[in-house]
Amino acid sequence: MSIFALGIELDGEGGHPAAWRHAHHAPSESLTGRVLQHKVAAAENAGFTFATFDDSIVPATSDITARVDAINRASFVAATTSTIGLVPVVGTTYAEPFHISSQIATLDYSSRGRGGWIPTRVHDPAVARAWGRPLISEPADLDREQRDSITVARDLWDSWEDDAVVRDYASGRFLDRDKLHYVDFQGESFSVKGPAIVPRPPQGQLVVFGTEADRDQVDVVLAQNADTTRQGLTFLELDVTLDTPSASASERLESLNSYTRAPSSSRREYTGSAAGLVDLLAETAETFDGVRLFPTVIDADIRELARYVLPPLLKSGVAHRPVPGSTFRSNLGLTRPANRYERV
Amino acid sequence: MTLHRPDAQVHFGVFFQGVNHTTIWSDPASGSQIDFETFRRIIGTAERGLFDAFFLGEGLRLREQEGKILDLDIAGRPDAIAQLSALAGITSNIGLVATQNTTYNEPGDLARRLAGLDILSDGRAGWNAVTTDNAWTGENFRRGGFLDHELRYERADQFIRTARAIWDAWADDAIATSRDSEFWAEKDAVQRVSLSTSQFDVDLDSTLPRSRQGHPVIFQAGDSPTGRDFAAANADVIFSRHGTDFDEALTFANDIRARLRAAGRPEDDIKILPGTQIVLAENAAEVEEKERWVRDGQFTGPTALSLVGLVWGKDLSDRDPDGPLPSEDPVVAPISSTRGAFRDGKDPVEIAKEWRALAEAKNLSLREVAIETTVRSGFAGTPGQVADELTKWVREGATDGFNISPYIVPGGLDEIVDWLVPELQERGAYRTEYTETTLRGHLGLREPLTRRKTGETDSSAAG
Ligand SMILES: Cc1cc2nc3c(=O)[nH]c(=O)nc-3n(C[C@H](O)[C@H](O)[C@H](O)COP(=O)(O)O)c2cc1C
Repeated sequence: MSIFALGIELDGEGGHPAAWRHAHHAPSESLTGRVLQHKVAAAENAGFTFATFDDSIVPATSDITARVDAINRASFVAATTSTIGLVPVVGTTYAEPFHISSQIATLDYSSRGRGGWIPTRVHDPAVARAWGRPLISEPADLDREQRDSITVARDLWDSWEDDAVVRDYASGRFLDRDKLHYVDFQGESFSVKGPAIVPRPPQGQLVVFGTEADRDQVDVVLAQNADTTRQGLTFLELDVTLDTPSASASERLESLNSYTRAPSSSRREYTGSAAGLVDLLAETAETFDGVRLFPTVIDADIRELARYVLPPLLKSGVAHRPVPGSTFRSNLGLTRPANRYERV
Repeated sequence: MTLHRPDAQVHFGVFFQGVNHTTIWSDPASGSQIDFETFRRIIGTAERGLFDAFFLGEGLRLREQEGKILDLDIAGRPDAIAQLSALAGITSNIGLVATQNTTYNEPGDLARRLAGLDILSDGRAGWNAVTTDNAWTGENFRRGGFLDHELRYERADQFIRTARAIWDAWADDAIATSRDSEFWAEKDAVQRVSLSTSQFDVDLDSTLPRSRQGHPVIFQAGDSPTGRDFAAANADVIFSRHGTDFDEALTFANDIRARLRAAGRPEDDIKILPGTQIVLAENAAEVEEKERWVRDGQFTGPTALSLVGLVWGKDLSDRDPDGPLPSEDPVVAPISSTRGAFRDGKDPVEIAKEWRALAEAKNLSLREVAIETTVRSGFAGTPGQVADELTKWVREGATDGFNISPYIVPGGLDEIVDWLVPELQERGAYRTEYTETTLRGHLGLREPLTRRKTGETDSSAAG
């Protein structure tokens, strides 16, 4: 696998809870569409293959307690970007799989085939109360909701064959109903009839990310460390704080921690020079298929990434810029899957 | 009773219908109903035409007839909020209204997604709160099944109150203006939302500051007395179906004004924007020809047979659309709503009787009856004639404007914007530039009264 994909997490102002103090705009601008567009454009111009948007229905454990939902954010930038994959986080524990499937398929249309999805299990009881639904907390139950939600979303994306819309003037038929399929999913906690209301998305199937536990259902596994089985695409997650012209990476962290101490991260961390990160990523490319970087302060770190980290990686061929006009799937080296309902 | 509003201006929205039988797909000029370019083009035209809003409908299950997916109409549509968020990114003034039902959503989630659209668009979001009137949609959702008409409105009412509580949770100035402030958001500027009602049990910390317009503008679409009272209690705008006959529209508007007074609100507190269609041409002969072309495109033989088949409760696709109505009586199904959102659950035998009388009186074929009873032609004429007519409607208080469904996409709005809008502007009955940036501003609505402003802090508001 020659592709090494570069991704970046763009939620809020960055991974550090006090990141807003070092943002390049006033706090009251943090949630605006303009600032969001600016961040995503910076990532796209830098050459990232995808951007992810973390989410929760309840306030984050960060200074920033407000947040627009991830599907809205990914959609908002869909038509003003042209190459970067857009990947919202959507919890599977309480949400309606039918809605999730439609929302993300819609993102794939508005981005012309650049949509993805990070389905997540939601452990926080506050989320159940926010939804007004009975708490789901047993690991087996969380796994079931995750598995069933992914199954339903994927079935619904295929529930229209690619050529279901026929516009046959002679018979007056708009659809070929034989190319539409009821998914007839019967799970333990919900059932879904189908077909989808959204025709099959441009990528056929969006790029779905998951953890090791989701491996058989997803396209890309996000790993927090190196000891994971290596089948299919596996991306390493990495917290990143870089030296800037005005302060070293550790000085920057120290300054942020003096306001709000960052909780310890379960991800690998890199703190230091851009050149050191280039070396680390080149090395990572030997064992992983990609990375997802979590910048400590998006505005500050993305500038360093764009100037000093991505250019050498792109130049040496370790990573590649996504190709304009191609889909997110194909930028990851994935093919457009055949429709599961197609008769052979 | 007509009003006298000599300075009133016409408000326009465009209703992108998605799934429907009135968008002509068989014409060579007809494009995709799902590709993003179609949406980009229509909203671009509407914004150039200084429209108040771009509307998306919602349907959460494909329509069926006799257990089979209806294959004659345009079908397939995007999720409304996700699509409008994408459109928000490429527009700057026009309002963005999402139809979203209250039966298969939960307020903690939907209020958040709607407010997200409102924040990203900087105050241009609207929510057309519908209750969904068919049984089968439930089969796609966790809660499943069917909810009774009355219970739907009970749920809708509590849903909106809960959503408002969530939107009101943040004080206007909760977020810090400087990076040196002590907190990003003042802790006590955000109220916890805890509500327990017969339909909901919600307890959350809202993640949503207020938008430039406070919170999304609330539209309502539903015509029963319960639906109208629901509007009088909750809505800023009614998306009505009374947009073709002046007297009917005026009667409806007067009824709404009476309900508003009864609810203790000023009678101009709600704007009424009926759905309508507009056919424009240069002279009388061309208008007539174009209207006929539109009807023929909307009611092909198979479409007419399908519509009549819905009433008769059986497959009529092998009949002659240009022949008479079926001679046998309709099959009466146990729950009429399983036949889809059609004919308002009226008794099919009664409908058949009415239609036969109509066919006899006017000597109409099956297809002609379908056209006569279903097409609400809206307005047809030269741009000048239609401009006069729309101005009269608005100035005499029958409506505040119109929600136009183009009969062809993506190009169907071009004529309205290029021909009709200038005529209205000449009459002083249409804006010549956007003077506000929010949807609430375009519509001339007052600021939403928040719990904070009314001094009401009791979160049992949703009870
Ligand atoms: C003009 C108009 C547009 C409507 N659009 C939708 C829609 O897009 N999706 C939907 O589920 N229901 C839609 N409805 C249905 C209503 O929200 C409501 O569920 C239905 O009319 C039943 O309520 P009622 O008995 O009060 O009329 C619409 C109704 C009207 C009058």
